[in-house]
Amino acid sequence: MNTNVTFRKEIMWALLALAILAVVPYLTSSRVVLDFVIRLAAFGVFATSLNILVGYGGMVSFGHALFFGGGAYAFGLMMQKTGVSIPVAFGVGILFTAAVGFVIGAICVRLKEIYFSFLTLAFQMLFYSIIISWNSFTGGDQGLMGGIPRRPFFGINLADNTQLYWFSCVVGVVCLLLIRYILQSPFGYTLRMVRDNADRARFLGIDVWRVKLYAFILAGVFAGIGGMIMAVFVSGAYPEFTYWTMSGEAVFMIMMGGLNNFIGPVVGASLLMLFNDMITRFTELHGIALGIIVLIFALGFKRGITDFAIQIFRAVTGKRASS
Amino acid sequence: MDPNALLECVMSTSCIVTQASTGLIVGALLFLVAAGLTLIFGVLGVVNFAHGSFYMLGAYIALTAYRVSDSYVIATLAAGLGVALFSVVFERFFMRKVYGSDVLMQLLVCYAFILILDDAVKLIWGAEFQSMGMPEFFQAPPLILGGGIVPIFYIYLIAAAAVIAVVLWYILTKTRMGKIVRAAAHNPTMTSALGLNTSMIYAGVFAFGGLLAGLAGGLAAPVRSMSPGMGFSILIESFIVTVIGGMGSVSGALVGALLIGLIRSFGSIGFPLFVEGIMFIAMALILILKPSGLLGKEPRP
Repeated sequence: MNTNVTFRKEIMWALLALAILAVVPYLTSSRVVLDFVIRLAAFGVFATSLNILVGYGGMVSFGHALFFGGGAYAFGLMMQKTGVSIPVAFGVGILFTAAVGFVIGAICVRLKEIYFSFLTLAFQMLFYSIIISWNSFTGGDQGLMGGIPRRPFFGINLADNTQLYWFSCVVGVVCLLLIRYILQSPFGYTLRMVRDNADRARFLGIDVWRVKLYAFILAGVFAGIGGMIMAVFVSGAYPEFTYWTMSGEAVFMIMMGGLNNFIGPVVGASLLMLFNDMITRFTELHGIALGIIVLIFALGFKRGITDFAIQIFRAVTGKRASS
Repeated sequence: MDPNALLECVMSTSCIVTQASTGLIVGALLFLVAAGLTLIFGVLGVVNFAHGSFYMLGAYIALTAYRVSDSYVIATLAAGLGVALFSVVFERFFMRKVYGSDVLMQLLVCYAFILILDDAVKLIWGAEFQSMGMPEFFQAPPLILGGGIVPIFYIYLIAAAAVIAVVLWYILTKTRMGKIVRAAAHNPTMTSALGLNTSMIYAGVFAFGGLLAGLAGGLAAPVRSMSPGMGFSILIESFIVTVIGGMGSVSGALVGALLIGLIRSFGSIGFPLFVEGIMFIAMALILILKPSGLLGKEPRP
């Protein structure tokens, strides 16, 4: 009962976010801004889903883009090859990422720390090479060409830019709300306990492996939804979605934003996207520029932006907020 | 999928010889990269995700050194030493700072270096595919063994890798230096309490791992085309090798590398599109049945 009362606050935040997002199109008609919000919905959900594992589960996955790309491809292929409607294809994408998450998670979550990171990376690269080599089905390195048909459903037509904007915002905010709900639930707190002291959790009769596996599957499903938002937006799916650099960027997003705050990954996602958009205007050497920024954050600041923000907030108000 | 082709191949000596020699050179190169990876992990407990980029750097340094000196031996040595030097810089100024922090930071530092090195290579050597070409000395007619064709260079490469493997084994098991390294791997606090400079040992191990990766890159240069990003596939493969052999075990890396090399070369006849899949299935089986790897010890408490 107490959970429900506190969760009212989260719903208010979500409604506030949607209200702000609703105002944006009236302030500017610039496609750049609106497209940015759509991409942020995709990457924000993607980064937050990774933070279920990294921040709350203590499992640093370096292969999370497998699910981002997996969702995008499953959705895109369903839309292209069959005549189903968007919600059905969405459902198939969720089932697909859950199934893949179950199989890979069952193998990976037994392992600790760096082993886990490397193994998730390895599975992601396997998935990538399947997509590249299975040319007849996935389009190989060209990706899913020819566009994904955006058939109208329930009176919603995603071929229309405004409706696509709304759709992405609502799906993005609802996903974040769901993740928040899961993380504030008893399961979420069990996951934190497993992260902090797996032995203690085991003594209390918790099946650690199962908790980690559930977290892995949930993270995979939400990453898949992020991928599907992206697939709808770009009207396709490309092998880069499942490439390791995508996982690396997601890891950096949550580190830059701050993994100790729920909204940190979304902040990190928007910052990295801004950075990526700007840097390509100035230089071809995107890798060097991004690499240097990553080093500055990892070796210099050692904390995310929201960690700094909270520190400043506490210093100003002079009280310790409970986290 | 063509299992019959594989069956046919296994029935003829010539095919076996050709495929086995290809498998052995792939295995030899993988061993050199994986040995460095596993050594660094065994002693420092960190996985160097940038290790594949070290290999790439080695190949490119060899390319330039070969063009300048026109000597393949000098090119290979330059690759090894150049990458060793780079590894020390990488360890002293960057990696050392994140030993104590969690995996996330180690991962990010390596991620940054993979990005930077790929771009640096693009900047210096160009983004297009490059090839060193076969040095003149090795352009002799290939050996015919049991009807199978084995290029002279393959024999040189396998021999070179075997020599390096023996030297590595000797250093680790018979010399004082090897004992110190093993002691540092076993119990770093105790080792430093005995008056040994563990910080220098760490730098030395990184240099050694870099040397091996650089040598591998140099040795591979005549038979592999180079492009930025070439390090990443070998990183994944050497990781699979170390998992199969056992993380931290050099002899395990040798067994794993040869196994993966042979799986690759014979698998490419029977199941050309599924070779990678076979490697992953092998790895998954090991992880489920014997998580410490074929020759690995139980993980440290």
